[in-house]
Amino acid sequence: MAEKKWMPRWFYQLASPRWCYQITGSLLPWFTGAALLLLIGGTIWSLAFAPADYQQGNSFRIIYLHVPSAILAQSAYMLMAVAGAIGLIWKMKVADMVLKSAAPIGASMAVLALATGAIWGKPTWGSWWVWDARLTSMLILLFLYLGVMALNSAIENESTAAQASAVLALVGLVNIPIIKYSVEWWNTLHQPATFKLTEKPAMPAEMWLPLLVMVIGFYCFFAVSLMLRLRNEIIWRERRTGWVRELLKKQ
Amino acid sequence: MTMKTNSGQPAEIGMAGLFAATWRREFLLSFRRKSDLVNPLIFFLMVATLFPLGVSPEPGFLSQLAPGVVWVAALLATLLSMDALFRSDYEDGSLEQLLLSPQPLFVVVLAKVLAHWVMTGLALTLMAPLLGLMLFLPAEGMPGLMLSLLLGTPTLSLVGAIGAALTVGLKKGGVLISLLVLPLYIPVLIFGSSAVQAAVTGLPLGGYLALLGALLALALGLAPLAISAALRISISS
Repeated sequence: MAEKKWMPRWFYQLASPRWCYQITGSLLPWFTGAALLLLIGGTIWSLAFAPADYQQGNSFRIIYLHVPSAILAQSAYMLMAVAGAIGLIWKMKVADMVLKSAAPIGASMAVLALATGAIWGKPTWGSWWVWDARLTSMLILLFLYLGVMALNSAIENESTAAQASAVLALVGLVNIPIIKYSVEWWNTLHQPATFKLTEKPAMPAEMWLPLLVMVIGFYCFFAVSLMLRLRNEIIWRERRTGWVRELLKKQ
Repeated sequence: MTMKTNSGQPAEIGMAGLFAATWRREFLLSFRRKSDLVNPLIFFLMVATLFPLGVSPEPGFLSQLAPGVVWVAALLATLLSMDALFRSDYEDGSLEQLLLSPQPLFVVVLAKVLAHWVMTGLALTLMAPLLGLMLFLPAEGMPGLMLSLLLGTPTLSLVGAIGAALTVGLKKGGVLISLLVLPLYIPVLIFGSSAVQAAVTGLPLGGYLALLGALLALALGLAPLAISAALRISISS
């Protein structure tokens, strides 16, 4: 085992449901604290103290919800696909469970990004929905999430369901850049960019610093939510093992 | 075919032989059940009929709509035919035999999907001018329509086969397969209908055809891998 020293021991332990449950259990309070602190602090900062935009006034403040959720929707897909690949290659149970737990969180983030985008679009563009390239690709990302979730719930056998969704997530991952570019080219073709956010000078620091805080806060929230779902999933799937029974007896 | 040798070890057939054998089997099976061959084509025709009825029979308006409508109808017809691709093989157990055989699954799967394409995608392509006429597609658009369908429908078949392979073990795969596959069809639809539109307006369509060809090349290389993996997963349960 000497050659494996470059990775800490807990990293390998994450592969075992039992250890993963314990490690995430000890990480959970830290991430919960960080998420609460960053999200509350970031919200107050961005809503009350960040300067208003000189063109859009206060309506631009929804960016502090919109951008983090959009970033997270994409990151969650990456995480899901990577977990799927790990699960397929090394047949790791925990990776399967991560895939299953990440999908609904990512889908809800995509919904949040679309909804906040629509609410933001009404005052700035004058309509709730525009067939803009970014909106369309976010909508397609949501469809990909829904496909993975539908497949996962349609197959009864848990490990088959996880493997099938992993294949689908990876196929989707290959497709995401293709979809993104095709939608961008399609948009420039069919529709001259009449509705475009007016070109702004680069954001001043007072504006993007709270945004950064919110993004990190969203990541922490994602971690908390993922760990909670993952722990639930571990308990459910390992319900017949001795350590889960002992754990439940203790509580 | 040198399939039947008397020794116990499997007969040596090359890649081309394997491809040809699978291809022949697929054609034989389909031509003995002709309704499966014709159904997607009828569906294609019916969907295209719905648009003038539902939107407007006015020729000027329809001719604007035609590239998109023909492409969407072709896409849906391909999707509809995908569910049957592996189903009968799954039900009679021959799919399991295919997976167990020592032959490379990549070739078998590729042959199956391409044979399926000849019977659906190619047939749809040949039928497309009829729909173009019904929807008043200008004559300049016809070559663009045929070429884009010729290059685009194999990609649709290959990507759809991934969905078919993932859902083959399920009883109600029909709706699920469209949920899985439709988002993945979007790039092909965009480039395909753009090619037709470019042809109608007299713009060069080489770029779109090149993009469709690139998607096809990517799908030819990668989709059989995903299909094989998906089939192994579906069978294992």
